[in-house]
Amino acid sequence: MSMDLRTITIEPLRQTFGHLARRMGADKPASRYMEGTMDLQPVENYHYRPTWDPSHDIFDPARTRITMKDWYALKDPRQFYYGAWTLARGRMQETATADFDLADELGLATGYPAAGKKVINEVLLPLRHVAWASNINNSAVAAYGYGIAISQAAAYACMDQLGIAQFITRLGIAFDEIDALAEAKQDWLEAPVWQGLRHYVEDMMVMDDWFELFVTQNFALEGLLFPLIYDKLTDRLNAAHGPVLSMLTRFQREWFTENVKWVDAVLKAAAADNPANKALLGEWIAAARQRSVEVLTPVAELAFGTDGAAVLDEVVQQLNARAAKAGIPV
Amino acid sequence: MDMKVSKKLGLKERYTMMTRDLAWDTTFQPMDKVFPQVGYEGIKIHDWDKWEDPFRLTMDAYWKYQAEKERKLYAILDAFNQNNGHLSVTDARYINVLKLFLGSTPPLELMAARGFSMVARQMVGAGPRVACMMQSVDEYRHFQTQIHSISNYNRFYNGLDEFAHQQSRMWYLSDGKSFFDDAITAGPFEFMVAIGFAFEYVLTNILFVPFISGAAYNGDMAAMTVGFSAQSDEARHMTLGLECIKFMLEQDPDNLPIVQRWIDKWTWRGTRKLASVGMMMDYMLPKRIMSFKEAWEIYFEQNGTALFTDLARYGVKVPKCFGQTIEEKEHITHQSWIGFYMKPDACPFHTWIPAPDELDWLSEKYPNTFDKYYRPVLEHFDRQEKAGKRFNNKTQPMNCQVCVSTIKFNEPGDPMEMCFRETVYKGEKFHFCSDHCKEIFENEPEKYVQTFISSHAALQGKCEPEGTDVNAHDYRPGARMHAYWRMDKRATGDFNGSEDQKNFAKWRAQATKN
Amino acid sequence: MTSNAFIAFQKNEETRCIVEAIVDDNPDAVVVDQPAMVKVDVPGRLVIKRATVEEKMGRDFDLQELQLHLITISGHLDESDDEFTLSWEA
Ligand SMILES: [Fe+2]
Ligand SMILES: [Fe+2]
Ligand SMILES: [Zn+2]
Repeated sequence: MSMDLRTITIEPLRQTFGHLARRMGADKPASRYMEGTMDLQPVENYHYRPTWDPSHDIFDPARTRITMKDWYALKDPRQFYYGAWTLARGRMQETATADFDLADELGLATGYPAAGKKVINEVLLPLRHVAWASNINNSAVAAYGYGIAISQAAAYACMDQLGIAQFITRLGIAFDEIDALAEAKQDWLEAPVWQGLRHYVEDMMVMDDWFELFVTQNFALEGLLFPLIYDKLTDRLNAAHGPVLSMLTRFQREWFTENVKWVDAVLKAAAADNPANKALLGEWIAAARQRSVEVLTPVAELAFGTDGAAVLDEVVQQLNARAAKAGIPV
Repeated sequence: MDMKVSKKLGLKERYTMMTRDLAWDTTFQPMDKVFPQVGYEGIKIHDWDKWEDPFRLTMDAYWKYQAEKERKLYAILDAFNQNNGHLSVTDARYINVLKLFLGSTPPLELMAARGFSMVARQMVGAGPRVACMMQSVDEYRHFQTQIHSISNYNRFYNGLDEFAHQQSRMWYLSDGKSFFDDAITAGPFEFMVAIGFAFEYVLTNILFVPFISGAAYNGDMAAMTVGFSAQSDEARHMTLGLECIKFMLEQDPDNLPIVQRWIDKWTWRGTRKLASVGMMMDYMLPKRIMSFKEAWEIYFEQNGTALFTDLARYGVKVPKCFGQTIEEKEHITHQSWIGFYMKPDACPFHTWIPAPDELDWLSEKYPNTFDKYYRPVLEHFDRQEKAGKRFNNKTQPMNCQVCVSTIKFNEPGDPMEMCFRETVYKGEKFHFCSDHCKEIFENEPEKYVQTFISSHAALQGKCEPEGTDVNAHDYRPGARMHAYWRMDKRATGDFNGSEDQKNFAKWRAQATKN
Repeated sequence: MTSNAFIAFQKNEETRCIVEAIVDDNPDAVVVDQPAMVKVDVPGRLVIKRATVEEKMGRDFDLQELQLHLITISGHLDESDDEFTLSWEA
């Protein structure tokens, strides 16, 4: 008996799962992102209260002051479910690895002028610890955020930041500066220029409200830090010493451009849900922007000398524009 | 440092630079405020640097390999779906395995994802934090690939469409839910013993390996691909769990009694959950590859013995329940299947009496128990069914206060006697399926008095479908369970005569006719 | 009695080479065939050597590539650039 299963057409009984049909208002095919995200976190009939937080349920919307009629409105415009995310990162790391290999083969990094190396050692290498802090803070959002839309995207962001910390480490290794990595860590722990920033990320580690943490870390601090370093500083070093640094920080730059889409979409959806959210987000952003500018000022001076303040101001304008686009007055 | 030195960074040194060298001890905020959960369970850690990283994957390598796996997996899935692969499974009874699987497994993978995010946030050492985070995203992977692989079956067969709604409501899914709820509400170290060790190391093998092999054997390439691909992550997860146990035991001798109690508790809780997996292997796979008993012997007894012999150097003893689980391996799958068969209205999958050759297979695989205790019951039900008096048990079951399973297992040493234990706490009586569950309760009564048991909750009016009017004159608590579950009638009852059976036969006939 | 360390792989061309390498390097290895998978048991200690796998495959092999094919393992793991070892204390 031979069977040709390919050629037959059969009528499906339904197009998608019940919870998705109800969400879409129609029985029609759903994307893999939706199938792997929407309405899947348990919301009821929990057996036990957390022994580590008995005043809340396992998953509890009250862990933030933000309220949402639908927590899945905080969806990811990149539509990253695990497969889509890991394929995107797989491609990016392939390019990055090829870049590092090429730089190594041609001696581009080791031959980098000493003046440029000094800036990289002093300004860029300590940032691996900032990425590590972001990794910790995003793991809190992944852990305590409400709904799978936000929790999975934060889990991916958390791994992305670990990847970034590792790419910066690799940059140190490529520039043949293993000792410089140790010095950069020492600076991070002791040099006055970094203590404000370190203080700030440590404060974030004890922040209670996961949404405030999301805004502070992902929108405000990174929204200033990434353009400051990966646009402004790399541009300046490229102009002086050729494009190799740009090549070896491509991952961070591409990542930031893409990650912004997610961060901004989350803010926009939360602000659109109700006026109280909008006001609260405005408050959080204003406070985080102010403190971020404070702690980044010495870093900007270290990187740009007397131009530091002006460069920082440019990236603050960019951040304000993003907030405005998300519908949040600041 | 010159070029050659940096080139020579071995796997271990390089990995150290890429992970724990990133971390520092906070000083602007005290460490115990940044990591508030690592102390309250009583586990003493003196030196987090002693943590040994088992697998040393940096993110670039992780993304590279995982992307390759995902690319393959979705290519196979797409091809399987485009070619109506669902019609190439051995017989439509097989699809009921997927129904049970979809209801019970992806929701637990999701809990693992969230739980590992929590532990990743709470662990002080960079080594365990990174491994936990990686496991967290892996578990998102499993959760999603499982749903994606079964999604196409949902278009053609009944009983799969409401798994998301049913995950927290369906009585028989409550044991798995309570297992993960219990773990995630415990502290970070207990979670690691519960999920990282007991679940991943001791049980995942038996849960997945024979099951996936069975899927392959029954022509389900989608489930096989997804299953094996997920398993490729499990080796990492198992290693993390084992490393965590060793780490705790090496850090302080005071940790031993705590860890031992957790091992006893979670091995037992895990084996209780396995009854339904075993039932799939013995009753639901049309083509069987090995019996549950055989799988249990290879993956639990032999492997578990190797593991606990090894851990004896730390003073760890074989879990208390080990002996009882060995005795039960010849019983639980039969008791479970019979239990489900007896409740045809209350499950979104079909049941059946095995065909004569299948009964013979069971007799051969279970020479000590099947003919003596279970074959007569099944043959009796078969006669009843054929006489138009299909057995249908409508009474509310009694559930164990700890593992939430229906109390249906036998008294140790006496297969004819139902095992039943009870205890009184603060004037209230609680019931258990076993001595082990009773002991777990007595160690932490304040936790286990909270257990959500749907048969009780229903009578208290806590299981009503949305929009129920509790003031209606004819309102009776728990009277509308089918609506509460969103149970599709077509998905219930006997396989024989079901819509699935008819459709499968019709579609297959289309493919064989010219 | 020595406990078995074991490893199981999905069956494919790559793992055929890996299993061959294991059999060469572990004289007591027992290969168990199952639908779509293959399991190898070795009493006490199982080692996979990069060099042997490379010889079987005729190309460079990074031991971390094992990640792609693994189904399960049993034993304490130690991984270096050249060897992947699973072992139980006697
Ligand atoms: Fe998993
Ligand atoms: Fe796992
Ligand atoms: Zn029980």
